[in-house]
Amino acid sequence: MTTSQALPQALAEIVNDFQELEERDRLTLLLEFSRSLPALPERLSNHPELLEQVVECQSPLFLTVEAEKSDHGDRMRLFFQAPREAPTTRGFASVLYEGLDGLSAEEILAVPDDMPELLGLTRAISPLRMRGMSAMLGRVKRKIANGVSPAA
Amino acid sequence: MPVAVETNEKFATYAHPERLVSTQWLAQTLASGAGKDGSLVVVESDEDVLLYETGHIPGAVKIDWHIDLNDDVTRDYIDGAAFALLAAAKGISRDTTVVVYGDNSNWWAAYALWVFTLFGHEDVRLLDGGREKWAAEGRELTTEATAITPASEYPVVERNDAPIRAYKDDVLAHLGKPLIDVRSTEEYTGERTHMASYPQEGTLRGGHIPTAASIPWGRAADSDGTYRSREELEALYLGEAGLKAGDDVVAYCRIGERSSHTWFALKYLLGFENVRNYDGSWTEWGNSVRVPIAKGIERGDVPSIN
Repeated sequence: MTTSQALPQALAEIVNDFQELEERDRLTLLLEFSRSLPALPERLSNHPELLEQVVECQSPLFLTVEAEKSDHGDRMRLFFQAPREAPTTRGFASVLYEGLDGLSAEEILAVPDDMPELLGLTRAISPLRMRGMSAMLGRVKRKIANGVSPAA
Repeated sequence: MPVAVETNEKFATYAHPERLVSTQWLAQTLASGAGKDGSLVVVESDEDVLLYETGHIPGAVKIDWHIDLNDDVTRDYIDGAAFALLAAAKGISRDTTVVVYGDNSNWWAAYALWVFTLFGHEDVRLLDGGREKWAAEGRELTTEATAITPASEYPVVERNDAPIRAYKDDVLAHLGKPLIDVRSTEEYTGERTHMASYPQEGTLRGGHIPTAASIPWGRAADSDGTYRSREELEALYLGEAGLKAGDDVVAYCRIGERSSHTWFALKYLLGFENVRNYDGSWTEWGNSVRVPIAKGIERGDVPSIN
């Protein structure tokens, strides 16, 4: 895939991991991702109003992005919340978290919108469900494009 | 050999108590070994395609509505040959008792059950309360892969859509007879074209099929996901919606899944003989050229069709 060359390194590696697997094993990998999604820090879990819901996802998915100062400029920190009963949604969130957390705004904005399709899950998951992940990526990028405030 | 039906006080009030099983009955029946000889197969059917993998009822197999039941080319269900392959691969013979359960008050499980019924599978039942009730009661869920013994044969049965499935033209011809719209009130009035928090599935206009009564599907379920009592269901569908015994009814939603849950209640719990699910539902009706719709909370009048 030529597009994956444009991906940030961590995300490109995840895409490769998915592409190297048979379709059935890709689902297993997504399930593993769903288990590793970190819980929200307390300051956010106690303040759900600080998160935005991505309504295009089938299951309730909330996210927010914060900026963190570093020696190399602002780093984007990503936070996701989805219920245990929604492993597919959690899996998508976890892929984005591991692939994009800590990058610069420019790096995240440069991720192609069709990146979720590179995971090769569309047939196994169904196009309708894949839309949820595209919507999640879209929301992260839109939040960043609109300007992200530093962590409170 | 089908498994004996469950009898209990609640189910006995329904028209077809043989279509439901309780969590307690299922646990006991599985413990007695019914799942081991192919006489009983438990099927999990969820909205989330990975939920089964996080833990399922021991011995249950998974059937996904998108991946397994929908044809991936035409907007239709799989055909008899594909269904025979699917059933046999899941260890289901023609005379197997199938118990279906799933997430979200059995919404997708009812849909799977409806598709099994299109193929005339005789003994297919719903686990009252579904996955949530089973889990809430602390019953066992396992991530252990189910060892399936494929059935030696499942016959290729031609789908018989007419008795329980309505197409758009059937619904046009049906106008004047009762329709139940099971979507949310906002979808019914036209304020929204999809459920809150759900993906937009591409409907151009908002509203409902003229004359349809609005009874959102979830009202048929209690807080624990089980179906409401017969009395409560009668208050909803005979009282509020105004159905009368013997009515010919069509239920619809957006793509036909939520309405399967209502179809089950009308057909098996209240005993309406002629209930069809219009699976094209709003995504077809709302986008069709020159098809009448009604907006707002009023049901609207029977349109004159040229």
